[in-house]
Amino acid sequence: MTTKAFQRIYTQLEGITKATVSLRAPGVANDELATVANRLAQVVKIHGDLVTLQVFAGTEGIPTNAEVVFHGEPPALNVSDELSGRFFNAYGNPIDKGPAIQGERRQIGGPSVNPYKRKQPSQLIPTGIAGIDLNNTLVSGQKIPFFADPDQPYNQVMAMVALRADVDKIILGGMGLSNDDFLYFKQMFENAGALNKIISFVNTTEQPPVERLLIPDMALTAAEYFAVDKNEKVLVLLTDMTLYADALSIVSNRMDQIPSKDSMPGSLYSDLAKIYEKAVQLPSGGSITIIAVTTLSGGDITHAIPDNTGYITEGQLFLRTDSDTGKVIVDPFRSLSRLKQLVIGKQTRDDHNQVMNAAVRLYADAANAKTKLENGFDLSDYDNRCLSYAKDYAQRLLAIDVNINTTEMLDRTWELFRKFFTQTEVAIKQEFVQKYWKDV
Amino acid sequence: MKTTGIVKAIIANLVTIEVDGPVAQNEICFIELDDARLMAEVIKVNGNSAFVQVFESTRGLRVGAKAEFQQHLLEVTLGPGILSSNYDGLQNNLATMEGFFLKRGERTLPLDLEKVWDFTPLVQKGDSVVAADWLGEVKEGWLPHKIMVPFNFLGSYTIESISPEGSYTVTDTIAVLKDQSGEKHSVNMMQKWPTKLAVTAYKEKPRPFNIMETGVRVIDTFNPIAEGGTGFIPGPFGCGKTVLQHALAKQAEADIIIVAACGERANEVVEIFSEFPKLDDPRTGRKLMERTTIICNTSNMPVSAREASVYTAMTIAEYYRAMGLRVLLLADSTSRWAQALREMSNRMEELPGADAFPVDLPAIISNFYSRAGIVVLNNGTTGSVTFIGTVSPAGGNLKEPVTESTKKAARCFYALAQHRADSKRYPAVDPIDSYSKYLDYPEMAEYFTQKVHANWVEMVWEGKNVVLRGKEAYEQINILGDDGVPIDYHLRFWKSELIDFVILQQDAFDKIDASTSMERQEYMLEKILHICRKDFHFERFEDCADFYKRLINLCRQMNYSPFKDSSFKKYESEIDLLITQA
Repeated sequence: MTTKAFQRIYTQLEGITKATVSLRAPGVANDELATVANRLAQVVKIHGDLVTLQVFAGTEGIPTNAEVVFHGEPPALNVSDELSGRFFNAYGNPIDKGPAIQGERRQIGGPSVNPYKRKQPSQLIPTGIAGIDLNNTLVSGQKIPFFADPDQPYNQVMAMVALRADVDKIILGGMGLSNDDFLYFKQMFENAGALNKIISFVNTTEQPPVERLLIPDMALTAAEYFAVDKNEKVLVLLTDMTLYADALSIVSNRMDQIPSKDSMPGSLYSDLAKIYEKAVQLPSGGSITIIAVTTLSGGDITHAIPDNTGYITEGQLFLRTDSDTGKVIVDPFRSLSRLKQLVIGKQTRDDHNQVMNAAVRLYADAANAKTKLENGFDLSDYDNRCLSYAKDYAQRLLAIDVNINTTEMLDRTWELFRKFFTQTEVAIKQEFVQKYWKDV
Repeated sequence: MKTTGIVKAIIANLVTIEVDGPVAQNEICFIELDDARLMAEVIKVNGNSAFVQVFESTRGLRVGAKAEFQQHLLEVTLGPGILSSNYDGLQNNLATMEGFFLKRGERTLPLDLEKVWDFTPLVQKGDSVVAADWLGEVKEGWLPHKIMVPFNFLGSYTIESISPEGSYTVTDTIAVLKDQSGEKHSVNMMQKWPTKLAVTAYKEKPRPFNIMETGVRVIDTFNPIAEGGTGFIPGPFGCGKTVLQHALAKQAEADIIIVAACGERANEVVEIFSEFPKLDDPRTGRKLMERTTIICNTSNMPVSAREASVYTAMTIAEYYRAMGLRVLLLADSTSRWAQALREMSNRMEELPGADAFPVDLPAIISNFYSRAGIVVLNNGTTGSVTFIGTVSPAGGNLKEPVTESTKKAARCFYALAQHRADSKRYPAVDPIDSYSKYLDYPEMAEYFTQKVHANWVEMVWEGKNVVLRGKEAYEQINILGDDGVPIDYHLRFWKSELIDFVILQQDAFDKIDASTSMERQEYMLEKILHICRKDFHFERFEDCADFYKRLINLCRQMNYSPFKDSSFKKYESEIDLLITQA
């Protein structure tokens, strides 16, 4: 760190756009940080001695004679156990009036794990929510987003999942979080008495959008410290990744890049993958699990942001309001956990796979019956039983306010089977029926 | 003397270098950054400015950094020891890399230079040889690995000396060849080849004339892929692309499988790393890993090395083909490679084509697919590279540039359909949109006639027709209601459901059903078509549905039973009984 000793100061900007400034400064390194009129900026382009800086907070009011100081290093975070229980802004500076963190300074957005050194994820993460544990089981080292419309209570669900999950650290990366939601998270964590295992990096809607771009890397650098150095199980919450992608498109637009689909930058896939792929199961037992939120517009998953996300993440959890019961449920059709096969029936009861599939199939039959009803066709007895089952299934299992363990979920599903259907209609392997079809 | 240069400009991975001598397009150079040397490739030259794409992160790079050009293109090192290895896109051995994180500038050797191999010569002094002729062989695990005259040797050579049987390392000289001007060249077991160039050291490349069995019925029966053929699998996320690719990697009738994990999830590669060493190859009884090589550039690894990874994989495939082996190359996914091209084209401020992809994308894709094929080697034996790529179309829309460009290049099209995945009809290959052009080849028809069934191709078309007519009937039923159409429509619909459930759908996680032999496929298709040709009469459409549901259930039980064993026969006789009673 020889360059840190002297800091170069410049006062002659050559160009200013809404997000960038350029100036002549020799010897500057790519990705290096600088301060422009007391605002943080990063080198994004060097041509000879002409340097372009992206100013995170925007360039409003920056004069051509603004003072520019180069830091001689890319964005970094001080890591140590002192991080626990603290709140930071996008630059990794405390916003909770506490002292600055002492510790090793690590560059954020560091290198990726050698895929050959990874382990296959294998540890179930229980959440108490049947829409997740029963139908879309989470596994440590997994990366999975909630796909939700903006009116869904995704932040509440995520906070709930985080607090119930059996992990050592929870790291919140809040991007474009409304101040109300930020205070909600803070309150939830305080009430749960879990504050000491939570670390938050927050950019609220009151702060400049481009700052958000630093949040995931900050959160994941902290996560890697605890997972790799301390062998801890870390859960990272990223909300809302759609706002992160929007910030990416602002920057690429200001840099005159040619947009691809939905005016997103052509590199969107790689940019998102770089974040999500930090989810990892380490051979030492530590792990990073990422649960994110991608808000949709009108449930459209073909938009570039959810579409690229779906190709990267290991499944998605779809929230919707069930019109029969008025409850928010995890949609069993459109949700998917790609890693569930690694744990169900192995770390849960042996009938898990069959019960899960049968329950969803019958729920699908109910959906068909509903369509029939809406189209004015007559319903059979089976259709009617399916509809009653669907109501109970949504109310007593899928609803996100249900909190029971997986064995109870399975028992409850058998109970519904027994209540509404015959054994042949349920069509589950005979050995399980004998074991679990208990007549009351 | 090597050309050197000085860094003048940096935008992310695109670096401009002012050079002091000649540089070649696609030449490799190394840029010095602290104690690391970053590998880069020339992608454009303008005056004395060379534009290079750096294969690693350029964080911290400054104007003024030194670069040295290597006078060669991006090369793959070929020799014994490649099989069962795990490489990154630039052929660094991932297993021998130090540390948990990938370190910038770290290189590991693709081949073990210390390891000794038992060499057996196959030529004698005085023999005349040309490039790719076999000089000898070593045992690479189970595989007789041929040591060849390097591919870049032009003209014919005379064997001046050949090493006797014995143990040698890859760098030991095993032969000395004399060219026509009398100059002598020492040859060892290792050679290098530029990835972007196709290996053409073979006698001829005929039209494919036989199929590569995959054990997947919707492919083998309905849309067969030729040995040395090309195919691609486009599909939205969650449609089972990965499961299908893994099924192909596990079951395909090939000697060597090369998996290029290009810009996809790391955990999917981890699955291969951790499962393939445990799984048996049903054809040979060996472990699957013993025939598999993985080239991986997962989505979080440097983007510009993504392109390199598919070319590296193809070159290795061509190398094993020259030994007379059947190689299957799987690339997941070529869309990520196209996106990497797009990112670079964008930084170079080229005028964009559709969806901001570079305009030469179709040419690049078709050039790559054309490297697959079955070839007749110099000694008259054949070798093949069969290539199947996946495509990840944005928003699941098949009218996007990568899918359309690939459709022009590949001969088989396996479209994964969202609606099939939603109704859990796996593999979700759409039976109507998908096609194999090989079904039209007269060579292939002859092959089927001899090896499978006298009227096989007609039978396949008959089956396809039943499915198509069923779909039309289904649409009518949906519009007019169950009661609004003649019973005949229901019959047509249920015939197509029978084919769908029994032939097209397949349980990739069931031990028996996961892989079906060609013999069994022939047996089942004949059986099912026989049932489809029969006209049953029903009074009510519910009766029709009930009958076919029972039929389908019995046929599926047959699929789950070992071929022609007692339970298989039991279900078969139940089916026969059901039919005679109807």
